[in-house]
Amino acid sequence: MKTEQLIDLLSTNVEPVKTGQFRKTLAFAIIAGAGAAFCIMLATVGLRPDLATTSHIPFLAVKLAFTITLIALGTLLLSKLVRPGQARRGLFTALLLPFLVIAIAAGVVLASDTPMAWGRMIFGMNWAMCLLCIPLFAVVPLVALTWFLRKGAPTELRRTGAIAGLVAGALGATAYAFHCPDDSIPFIAIWYGAMVAMCGLVGAMLGPKLLRW
Amino acid sequence: MDVISTEPELRGLMLAGLNGDAVAHRALLEKLSAQLRGYFKGQLNRINRGPVEAEDLVQEVLIAVHTRRQTYDQSQPLTPWIYAIARYKFLDYLRRTKTSAKDLPIDDVEEMSGHDDRGQVESSVDLKRLMTALSPKARQAIQFVKVEGLSVSEAAARSGMSESAVKVSIHRGLKALSALISKEKRL
Repeated sequence: MKTEQLIDLLSTNVEPVKTGQFRKTLAFAIIAGAGAAFCIMLATVGLRPDLATTSHIPFLAVKLAFTITLIALGTLLLSKLVRPGQARRGLFTALLLPFLVIAIAAGVVLASDTPMAWGRMIFGMNWAMCLLCIPLFAVVPLVALTWFLRKGAPTELRRTGAIAGLVAGALGATAYAFHCPDDSIPFIAIWYGAMVAMCGLVGAMLGPKLLRW
Repeated sequence: MDVISTEPELRGLMLAGLNGDAVAHRALLEKLSAQLRGYFKGQLNRINRGPVEAEDLVQEVLIAVHTRRQTYDQSQPLTPWIYAIARYKFLDYLRRTKTSAKDLPIDDVEEMSGHDDRGQVESSVDLKRLMTALSPKARQAIQFVKVEGLSVSEAAARSGMSESAVKVSIHRGLKALSALISKEKRL
């Protein structure tokens, strides 16, 4: 085929195209993913019965602050990665900050207590449930984000997949926070941090396959 | 031609094309094809591939520029957008032909518009044959609107599809064509 033939084909009856529809689509994917993750949490493990008790609220707030910061930064990055050639220097580094902050906070808490108490703070009551639930709740958000990204033209597939996985993991962790019976900063740092990072890793592995165009 | 002189012109054509100006859209694709040909020939030369492969890539990028127009952010310059697509398609080509990208020097945007090339090489794909691989709906919609030049409403009336179905079929068909072109090249 001659390229002129192709150009003829492409430039016959050109439809007007709206750009900038991505924000809405991305917001929809995030909200749908979050809603699905929350419903799956309700349907499987359910809300923590004593969720509204005053002493638990600060820990729920820390969990949500960690996950929602990641979701916000990651979403901003995805809105750039979905379009070719967008500058986004500094945003990748910014994503490490929530992990760093929670790790330092965990270090401070551990250091201020006796090593005898560390085991309880790190493993809590239900670390295995956390390990299982966060990736499980992240599945639908990852599907929604993949759907969104495939509408665009991401050019760095591994990176884009990693960020999508991270955001999906953070959405899963947000849902899990409403069930999670463990009130300890080291617990959040280790298990939430590790599972969200692992979701990012899975996203990075899937990216080149799922997002190729 | 260099980036500074082509950017405002290409960007103007792109914006007009996004508003449905077919003449501007054609002019954009023609100018881009010359730039892209120069760019891909230069890149492929280093790994001992010829002008036919370059033409395949030019066509793939033109289809991507057309079908993914909505990913262009109108507040941004056009050149980085085009360059990111061209580079993506080139790296994708290297991956699927199992060529190592390690030895390729990292290049910058200037290089893409450095050399214009208006060569008359045909790509390795045969459009008629590719069209037969499309779904009947997509084939018919592309045939009516893109080849015969009917309007969308005429094509809708003739094919019995709704206007939006015709538009969607064209869009999907063009994306499928792009996928078929890259598949052909693997052989």
